[in-house]
Amino acid sequence: MVRRARSLRVQLRGRSAYKPAENPDQLSDEQWGDYVFFRTNPLGVHYERWVHTHGCRRWFNAARHTVTDEFFGSYKPGEAPPSVPQSES
Amino acid sequence: MKQKYSIFSVVRNALRYHEGWQEAWRSPDPRRHYDVVIVGGGGHGLGTAYYLARECGVRNVAVLEKGWIGGGNTGRNTTICRSNYLWDESAALYDHSVDLWHGLSRELNFNVMYSPRGLIHLAHSVHDLQEIGRRGNSNYLNGIDAEYLTPEQVKQWVPFINLNTRYPVMGGLLQRRAGTARHDAVAWGYARAADELGVDIIQNCEVTGFRVEDNTVKGVETSRGFIGADKVGCVVAGHCSVLAEKAGFRLPVESFPLQALVSEPIKPKIDCVVMSNGIHAYISQSDKGELVIGAGSDPYNSYSQRGGFNLIEETVAAVVELYPIFSRMRMLRQWGGVVDVTIDRSPILSKTPVRNLYFNCGWGTGGFKATPGSAHVFAHSLAGDDMHPVAAPFSIDRFNTGALVDEGAAAAVAH
Repeated sequence: MVRRARSLRVQLRGRSAYKPAENPDQLSDEQWGDYVFFRTNPLGVHYERWVHTHGCRRWFNAARHTVTDEFFGSYKPGEAPPSVPQSES
Repeated sequence: MKQKYSIFSVVRNALRYHEGWQEAWRSPDPRRHYDVVIVGGGGHGLGTAYYLARECGVRNVAVLEKGWIGGGNTGRNTTICRSNYLWDESAALYDHSVDLWHGLSRELNFNVMYSPRGLIHLAHSVHDLQEIGRRGNSNYLNGIDAEYLTPEQVKQWVPFINLNTRYPVMGGLLQRRAGTARHDAVAWGYARAADELGVDIIQNCEVTGFRVEDNTVKGVETSRGFIGADKVGCVVAGHCSVLAEKAGFRLPVESFPLQALVSEPIKPKIDCVVMSNGIHAYISQSDKGELVIGAGSDPYNSYSQRGGFNLIEETVAAVVELYPIFSRMRMLRQWGGVVDVTIDRSPILSKTPVRNLYFNCGWGTGGFKATPGSAHVFAHSLAGDDMHPVAAPFSIDRFNTGALVDEGAAAAVAH
């Protein structure tokens, strides 16, 4: 059972709202620092990008609550995130 | 005036059926205004208040804690104290802590059970050997004690260790001055000593926001009303991003649950701390006899004080591989603490975009060891105009200037 659970494991690979910089040659050190290091670290719903490492290897975005680990749905990169109950957002 | 704790006070109170003990600290109602408000009643926050009152002459201080004293990461770590970090900036900060640990019980008149019993980092590969060699030399140059151990010497320290694991033990780095301290006692000792100096420790008081006027902090909104302050220091570990958001800025920090577990108590078996970063198992034995085992942190952001079960499985597997003698022991308790991890695995002791609002956070998976040093330099930073020289390299600006203190990559530490 453990092995099966492992094979189903998905890995977190960054934040779904993390878009590449459009004008990297024009950014100041300040902006580069903000882009690379400063993070949204919410207590609540987090929009993340995952990869299903040991399964279908598909990349997907998901909305997850960072306290309860409840998933509010997954969505493809580029799509709008699923709606989240008002009480959770 | 506090009663002094001593063998005589134990005897005296025993003769009076233990009815004469004072409360260790008061539970006052908050005043309307303080010179300094510390948010977060863990070891770092209480220590900051203590050093402010003791050394900086700032006695109109409050510590606001949303739960109870030492109920967060201060009571959830594996109690290890060491200072063998690679970079000069870290060495200065963590070794300052070790210096303070040595006299802390006497200074606070509270037994924090600091036990410099020696700590060994195991090397399981050529890379590990090179890493401990580099770090040991760096420590040596910074005046931090470091000794290289051969596998045979490791065996002398820990006779029952299995050197021929899947990744065999190839050597070790020993710091004799490192060891453990009792984590709860550190919080209680600082709380009691700070309270005696006039610091108000206010529990069950959650900070819900900051009052900021003209980009200067004027106080904090709390579950017990507004409390004014000239300066505010936030020392809230895993929840620092939440507070920063309320103040209107972001931190270069992400929060993860980090787990630990303890076994059933046994007779004294292991008299040092042994850390294996390569296969990720670190272990020591408490004075009660429990094996204290540190596990890893989850690979995804979370504020649940619990953590994933697979990490316990992997940690226990590593412990059993290294110490087959423990294979039939039962684990008593397991828990998690929410740690605030920066990208360079070094803390943040810094001013912020809001004037007179300071943050002490980002200690990640290794904040307990730094409790006295962190509190001491943070107190001096809050009391003066400039950050303390030891704290200055840990400014939040380093993430924009690029002057990172990159312990994560440098030390291959299992952060």
